[in-house]
Amino acid sequence: MNLIEIEELVVRYGSITALDGVSLSVSQGEMVALVGANGAGKSTLLRALSGVVRRAGGKVRIQGLFAHVPEGRQLFPDLTVEDNLRLGAFRSRERDTSWVYQLLPELERTRRQRAGTLSGGQQQMVAIGRGLMSRPDVLAIDEMSLGLAPLVVRQLARILAQLNQTRGLTVLLVEQSALVAFSLCTRGYVLETGKIVASGTTGELAQSSLVKDAYLGSVRKAAS
Amino acid sequence: MSAFLSYVLHGIAMGSSFALVASGLIIIYRVTRVVNLAQGTFAVFAAFTTSTLLGAGLPHGAAELLAVLVAGILGLLAGLVAVGKRGTSPQASLIATLGVAIFCYALEILIWGDQPRSFPGLAGSFELSGLELPKQYVVVVAATILVFALLEGFFEWTYAGKALTACASNPYAATLVGIGVVRMSLFGFMLGGALGGVAGVLLAPLSPMSYDSDLSLFVNGFASAILAGLKRPVFALVGGLIIGMAEALVAGYAKASYQSALALLLTLAILVVQGARRPVLQATEE
Repeated sequence: MNLIEIEELVVRYGSITALDGVSLSVSQGEMVALVGANGAGKSTLLRALSGVVRRAGGKVRIQGLFAHVPEGRQLFPDLTVEDNLRLGAFRSRERDTSWVYQLLPELERTRRQRAGTLSGGQQQMVAIGRGLMSRPDVLAIDEMSLGLAPLVVRQLARILAQLNQTRGLTVLLVEQSALVAFSLCTRGYVLETGKIVASGTTGELAQSSLVKDAYLGSVRKAAS
Repeated sequence: MSAFLSYVLHGIAMGSSFALVASGLIIIYRVTRVVNLAQGTFAVFAAFTTSTLLGAGLPHGAAELLAVLVAGILGLLAGLVAVGKRGTSPQASLIATLGVAIFCYALEILIWGDQPRSFPGLAGSFELSGLELPKQYVVVVAATILVFALLEGFFEWTYAGKALTACASNPYAATLVGIGVVRMSLFGFMLGGALGGVAGVLLAPLSPMSYDSDLSLFVNGFASAILAGLKRPVFALVGGLIIGMAEALVAGYAKASYQSALALLLTLAILVVQGARRPVLQATEE
């Protein structure tokens, strides 16, 4: 069953077309990567899924509950970690946070700290935890690894893989770098200037020259 | 010495009501980024409503509470006009609140006429180190402390209070977790209206109010709010007391008509100092 089904989605900001006929699907229990350069339209796609930008065309269907962990964490910096998590349950009204601390034990110590004072990795954990508090079926994470140390990224990736396996959480991982996204996900899409230019299993994509050149940084052009 | 003390105590009573006006301004500003120019109007409206209700035979307490409720509803209506439409710019909302304030002049003159009105507060006086002080001072200060304690509790301990803070600190993230920013803005306006109303019903027994008293209340409340850095409502209490006492001393030792000028001067000075310390034209957040 497809939890996310996007068909020919078009989103415009004024005269600029940010998404130009994008089709994408994510089925239950899957981990899917969406890779693209800065400004390709990745965040716009998530905003369209969250319903915070208007569609100019196409269809977006979401089964179950969708949670969006935005780029740049977007926490409530003046509030404590606990309050940030609890606000994640604004819709679901199930405000018990203990299970999130069990999944993300490192946060337990920071419970009473203001979110703005945490390290980047911890803030990303809070952002993910806040997303989980709405008890979503699909969790979409925008630029999870941006600005984080490789070790922290690996730790977050482990947590996501664990959530996917034990809780059956469906994940849509949106990244500039294909490195992390492809190692974690089974399937992927490549977005360039508002269009999907490649899709398939992450194994296939990693082999394609397009992806190698632009997103894996493994091949150097102009090697004479 | 006794003159000084009486000025200070008068200043505390006046400052308390400024603080209440300021707290409403701050709550509304934090959620909506709009300085509500109709904030003084809520106080005047509540004061007039109380005088009418008392005249109709309602007992003290009930009349004041009902008037505060009316001010809260007025706040909600002002909010609907100013921020009810999604995506209204703060500048447009600001002008809308000015429109609400002017409309309320007409409404007040229509209902209550243009003469100053007052109503008796707590009758009698008490003695403090040789000074005769109206008992209403005690009511004003006690009610202010109670209201501020309730406000702190609301923001510190309740989920709705946290949601309001969340909207103020990151509206985009608030939207993503499902908090309706427009609804929260309206709630902020309602709360701001009620707080303005409390200021009005406490102050009217001490100094009669006319339809345009909202201007001096706004100026003093805004000065207090600016002094508090437009941040936490409880800081407004300090701001209000400072402004109130400074004005009472100026009125006592110099001239009463210098009061409002002082509030304006202080506002200007604070804005200039803050502007110098932190560039006024500043990219948001980043």
